Amino acid sequence: MRVGIIDYGMSNLLSISRAIEKIGARVELLENPDKLVQMDKVILPGVGAFPKGMKSIREGGFEDAILAYAKTGKDFLGICLGMQMLLSQGQEIEQTDGLDLIEGECLDLPKTDSTGNINIVPHVGWEKIENFVDSNFTELDNSYMYFVHSFYAKPKNTGDILCTSSFGDLTFASGIQMENVTGFQFHPEKSGEKGLNLLTKFLNK
Amino acid sequence: MALNRVIARLDIKKNRLIKGMHLEGWRFLPKPANEYCKHYYQNGIDEIIYIDVVASLYGRDALIDIIKESTNDVFVPITAGGGVKSVDDAWALLRAGADKVAVCSAAIKNPKLIEEIADRFGRQCMVLSIQAQKNETTKKYDAYYDIGRENSGLDALEWMKEGVKLGAGEILLTCINTEGTRKGYDLELIEAASKLVNVPLIASGGAGTMDHVSDAMKRGANAAALAHAFHFNTIDIQDLKSHLREENIAVRKG
Repeated sequence: MRVGIIDYGMSNLLSISRAIEKIGARVELLENPDKLVQMDKVILPGVGAFPKGMKSIREGGFEDAILAYAKTGKDFLGICLGMQMLLSQGQEIEQTDGLDLIEGECLDLPKTDSTGNINIVPHVGWEKIENFVDSNFTELDNSYMYFVHSFYAKPKNTGDILCTSSFGDLTFASGIQMENVTGFQFHPEKSGEKGLNLLTKFLNK
Repeated sequence: MALNRVIARLDIKKNRLIKGMHLEGWRFLPKPANEYCKHYYQNGIDEIIYIDVVASLYGRDALIDIIKESTNDVFVPITAGGGVKSVDDAWALLRAGADKVAVCSAAIKNPKLIEEIADRFGRQCMVLSIQAQKNETTKKYDAYYDIGRENSGLDALEWMKEGVKLGAGEILLTCINTEGTRKGYDLELIEAASKLVNVPLIASGGAGTMDHVSDAMKRGANAAALAHAFHFNTIDIQDLKSHLREENIAVRKG
């Protein structure tokens, strides 16, 4: 299996590459969009701000290639910022159009909970993922994954929520999925054996 | 609620793991640092901290190589520190596979560095490392630097608060008095620190028993770093996690 990881200059690709290799798949770093369509699976990683991420994707010529790839029906996975950019829009710093593969937007994590208690942002640490709706992943229900984020995904259709997690008293979509397009807010490549297990299930789905 | 974390702290010199007492008298351990790291990962550690104690003398190449090598087998967050003096130094460690950087001496000499690293990579990347030693005259804690050799004259807790204001997203609080003694963390220091800031606090220095770790977490530490107890295999990671759960402290199964 050939797993393409998009290299658009916004991410440390080493950890995710090593995780995929550990599972036993062949990784190809995609520095330009030409080979995207030849891949069996494609991963869009990312750490950083939404506007800069989208700008880098567009300047690297990846946007059309990603949309074309998604139409083939082959699996596409966004991680962290890579997940957020799957949505229609991001509100980080300034409103920015995303890839719009899944309808919805990316919003600020609330600085307080509903009773006024302070929430610490960024949200960093091990958090439970639950309520998986796809049977490919339900075995990972209630496992803990490693999160680092200040924004969260809000899909327009609740049917696109793949799994949920908590932040203060907010329940948010920690995974989103529409057909062959999947996104994880957390970092499976930094979440120990459960994280590798989840990536394995993505590759085998 | 994010879980409390059990962290293995690996102080290194070149590619070797070392362990001292009161941040001095370092001794080499027999195997390469990476082998310890891999072993801790396989036993369910939540996070790894690498501190290169000679980076300011010899540069960070050895640390970078160790981190790169670790990413082959270790799939939990890695914090790296030792001699980080600039945003570029931080980037070199992050690019090698570290998730966060710990900064001590350079932040004391140039507090703006905290702001710069936080702006560039996010607060969560910027771990402020504080080496605190109790001053027997003033009964307060002084902030030391250069691996516990130099007294900055700053009050450690005030400096911690200032560092968080500047952008530190996490505190690695090492008590020099207890470090390497295996007689327990400085609970007074931990409790005082945890009341002053709302970013995660990692207690470091002095763990010898599982009760030491649960005591530190009950007094406000969000994470505990252990070195000697893991390196010499006197505490098993899974046993420690079971103990913490029995003490009603939530930790990851893994």
